[in-house]
Amino acid sequence: MKLPIYLDYAATTPVDPRVAEKMMQYLTMDGEFGNPASRSHRFGWQAEESVEIARSQIADLVNADPREIVFTSGATESNNLAIKGAAQFYKKKGKHLITVKTEHKAVLDTMRQLEREGFEVSYLDVESNGLVDLAKLEAAMRPDTSVVSIMFVNNEIGVIQDIAAIGELCRSKGIVFHVDAAQATGKVDIDLQNLKVDLMSFSGHKTYGPKGIGALYVRRKPRIRLEAQTHGGGHERGMRSGTLAPHQIAAMGEAFRIAKEEMAAERERITALRDRLWHGVKDIEQVYLNGGSAPRVPGITNISFNFVEGESLIMALKDIAVSSGSACTSASLEPSYVLRALGLTDELAHSSIRFSIGRFTTEAQIDHTIKIVHQAIDKLREMSPLWDMFKDGIDLNTVAWVAH
Amino acid sequence: MAYSNKVIDHYENPRNVGSFAKDDPTVATGMVGAPACGDVMKLQIKVNEQGIIEDAKFKTYGCGSAIASSSLVTEWVKGKSLDEAQQIKNTDIAHELALPPVKIHCSILAEDAIKAAIADYKQKRGG
Repeated sequence: MKLPIYLDYAATTPVDPRVAEKMMQYLTMDGEFGNPASRSHRFGWQAEESVEIARSQIADLVNADPREIVFTSGATESNNLAIKGAAQFYKKKGKHLITVKTEHKAVLDTMRQLEREGFEVSYLDVESNGLVDLAKLEAAMRPDTSVVSIMFVNNEIGVIQDIAAIGELCRSKGIVFHVDAAQATGKVDIDLQNLKVDLMSFSGHKTYGPKGIGALYVRRKPRIRLEAQTHGGGHERGMRSGTLAPHQIAAMGEAFRIAKEEMAAERERITALRDRLWHGVKDIEQVYLNGGSAPRVPGITNISFNFVEGESLIMALKDIAVSSGSACTSASLEPSYVLRALGLTDELAHSSIRFSIGRFTTEAQIDHTIKIVHQAIDKLREMSPLWDMFKDGIDLNTVAWVAH
Repeated sequence: MAYSNKVIDHYENPRNVGSFAKDDPTVATGMVGAPACGDVMKLQIKVNEQGIIEDAKFKTYGCGSAIASSSLVTEWVKGKSLDEAQQIKNTDIAHELALPPVKIHCSILAEDAIKAAIADYKQKRGG
């Protein structure tokens, strides 16, 4: 088996070979290298046509109108454009925004910036399974609330928020609803004809497309307006200037086309692999499935192995590419804010590993992972003073630790 | 996190993992850190009549550099007198393992573990 095994599909996916093939057709003199904004020759016309095909493919996956798709550099830019653009455009209505503590930094940090610009933001807690409580969301809504931003699928634990219900609530109050769907495309069915979502962010590279490309869905009926964040030649109906990148766009279109075609079969296959992984490790003592009681995408499994620190576990799993909620893998030395928001203790947050499975994961890779996880846990618990104390029946909460 | 070969060596082949019997009068224990911070070190030393550390063992919950730091100090304290062991500095540990700046606290914790074990020994001896 080829090592290391890639189980970090939630961080990024490899480009599907079919997508890479497509992408290469838009670069060289022999290909369609033209600028889609060139109106005076066929190089431009061809490039524009390819961009429009891709726009339709993306709209198709989420049942939207192609005219509702705006290309960006990625989901981070889409989130910035959606939240800042709507907050600024609708500021006459009010300057209060609502989001959730477990959002991606691209949303949270955008909100922080808006706070510096004079907006007020409510950061909602989630329940212990990672879901937003609708009653609490409704209670947070005020007459001056202009935008609510809630992600579709959480990137760390994979829980799926009830976007349909949240959308109904926002629409009934006349509040613009933005959804970060970077982790959702190709994983859950998205029907924007039915969902009362006004703005939705997409990423290319979480769905087997290339990095550096994303899109923002901007609803036409009822029409949502945005203040542009990037000014220039007026591309993308003035919402996002900058020469379009046909190789990236065509690749994202192809990736989303494949996602639509293969989603059902892929979901079934990945669910089977996910169950295989969980059944292989769940009998280890003191193992917790984070977000386990909520609906989740099958690709993301977040497990805490109590009394083992996440970074040392990642070192022990050196042939497996995974990520950890441990402080020690981040620059901040703080454990995952997402897991903390679920109410996990610092210890359990430090002890967490995210396994994310995708299109190219095999059964043999999962079996190997299970084997390596068992070996690593045995080794590290053998070395862990906390494990000894647990085995001696000492309640770690009663110990007077010296924090440092 | 790109670690030095020394950290990886200590992590993969940790020296002196284990525990001594707690009720052995020649054994002293230093436990430092907190689970909430992501690292806890337990360092035990076995001291002979002459006040020399004859043996040392550790158990550590923490990242790779915390494990490597504690493994290294068990090697360093062996054969040293209590006074000599007391002189081991976190900067020496960090230098030996080429710890990145964000991991310096691991070496500080290891120094604290030595000092805590020595303090425990002195207290046991009624000092």
